[in-house]
Amino acid sequence: MSEAANRPTIAVLDYGIGNLRSAQKALIVSGADAILTNDAGIVAAADGVVLPGVGAFGACMNALRTSGLEPLVHDVVDAETPFMGICVGMQMLFEGSDESPDVDGLGILSGRIRWLSESVKRPQMQWNQIAVSVEAADRSSPMASAMLDGLDGEWAYFVHSLAAELSDDTVATVDYGGTVTAAVARDRVFATQFHPEKSATAGLSLLSRFVDFCASPKQSELTANTI
Amino acid sequence: MRVVRVIPCLDVADGRVVKGINFVDLRDAGDPVELAAVYNAQGADELVFLDIGASHEERDTTVAMAAAVAERVFIPFTIGGGIRSVADARKLLRAGADKVSINSAAVERPDLVSEIASEFGSQCCVVAIDGRRATSNGSTSDGSNVDDSSPGGPRSGFEVYTHGGRRPTGLDVVEWASQVVDLGAGEILLTSMDRDGTREGFDHAMTRAVSDAVSVPVIASGGVGGVEHLAPGVVDGGADAVLAASIFHFGEASIADAKASLTDAGLIVRPVDQS
Repeated sequence: MSEAANRPTIAVLDYGIGNLRSAQKALIVSGADAILTNDAGIVAAADGVVLPGVGAFGACMNALRTSGLEPLVHDVVDAETPFMGICVGMQMLFEGSDESPDVDGLGILSGRIRWLSESVKRPQMQWNQIAVSVEAADRSSPMASAMLDGLDGEWAYFVHSLAAELSDDTVATVDYGGTVTAAVARDRVFATQFHPEKSATAGLSLLSRFVDFCASPKQSELTANTI
Repeated sequence: MRVVRVIPCLDVADGRVVKGINFVDLRDAGDPVELAAVYNAQGADELVFLDIGASHEERDTTVAMAAAVAERVFIPFTIGGGIRSVADARKLLRAGADKVSINSAAVERPDLVSEIASEFGSQCCVVAIDGRRATSNGSTSDGSNVDDSSPGGPRSGFEVYTHGGRRPTGLDVVEWASQVVDLGAGEILLTSMDRDGTREGFDHAMTRAVSDAVSVPVIASGGVGGVEHLAPGVVDGGADAVLAASIFHFGEASIADAKASLTDAGLIVRPVDQS
């Protein structure tokens, strides 16, 4: 856990959707100075950024666009600020979703969000056991390696009816009517379909690794150089 | 794979847990935050808080309770009781509740389900249904509320009740469940008012009828008198989650005991040592 003096500032993007308080509180107990914000200055200066999201893909994208935060998301990802998406906050990183076919996603990651198999109950509303993909972990970024450390075999809480199609960015999966994307990673973007802020100790551990990565000295230097 | 959830239910009034809780040394057995933390530590998969007071003055207390729980306990929790509007739901969800459960208010105005689902998403919209078996000659009511299309009583043999199981509605449990799912409910909390408090186990026939009829998860509730009653709710009733109150609160069983009994029946649960 980070020293109090070394608590990184993490901006939790507040665009008027659902329960953001849990994500903020979980990051705080994980060692961050977590701020719910839609302020461009705070977001740009943050050591890390979290994009939460619950509800429908289209509603979340529209709210994000209306809030004016969409360009900011691209800016911080381009600046290689450690970035974490949660649930629909992960789904929005992709090009689009079959849930809201007329709404474009952020397009930061390639691929689409697809409905879960009709052979299982939708939503998947349960805990499920994470399997980290070994090949993906091998080729992934330092951030992904840090985040995936200890995640394999852990249990996390899922609430979703759609998921990202499997791709080169898939780093963890669960079994639910087939192999379903649980986490994706590329460069300094890491995102989970599950809710770490609702996954008890396992989830808090993952958030602590994110907070530690945001706080690492190397990270501070890189951020300083970028700015 | 289906992973069965074990959900303790806590009755609250005026922001305090009511009814006896005596399973562990607590500084304050009425403190919802402390109890939630204990159940979390035991390995509970979710929590349900049912606000049984739910007068208008108490609503703000319940919102404050949701905020306090969300600050300390990092598993999903649902708050039910007295939610009558989108504004009521918004306050609780913004405070940190993951889901809200509506019951009588949905019967009185079904559009409330679609309003909450479209505003916040189906995943946070639980509809609680209290059902009873209709008597052999039809509804247990005088029949005045029964839909013309089913003059002999509810088609499935199970009727929706409100107001704590006292007021018959004439609605068929299975048809009502299907209707609220069409309106956007993301989960059904199904309580047998015949079994509630009897400690005889869930009403498996009613649970099976509903879980076969809807695409969303069903929580079985009402009648658990021991951990041996939990697995049949899933195996025979087809439920996705099991809810119980007294066996946990009175220390008769731990969450670990509950999960062991489910595992013994061949079901999959989140191991308790993970929490």
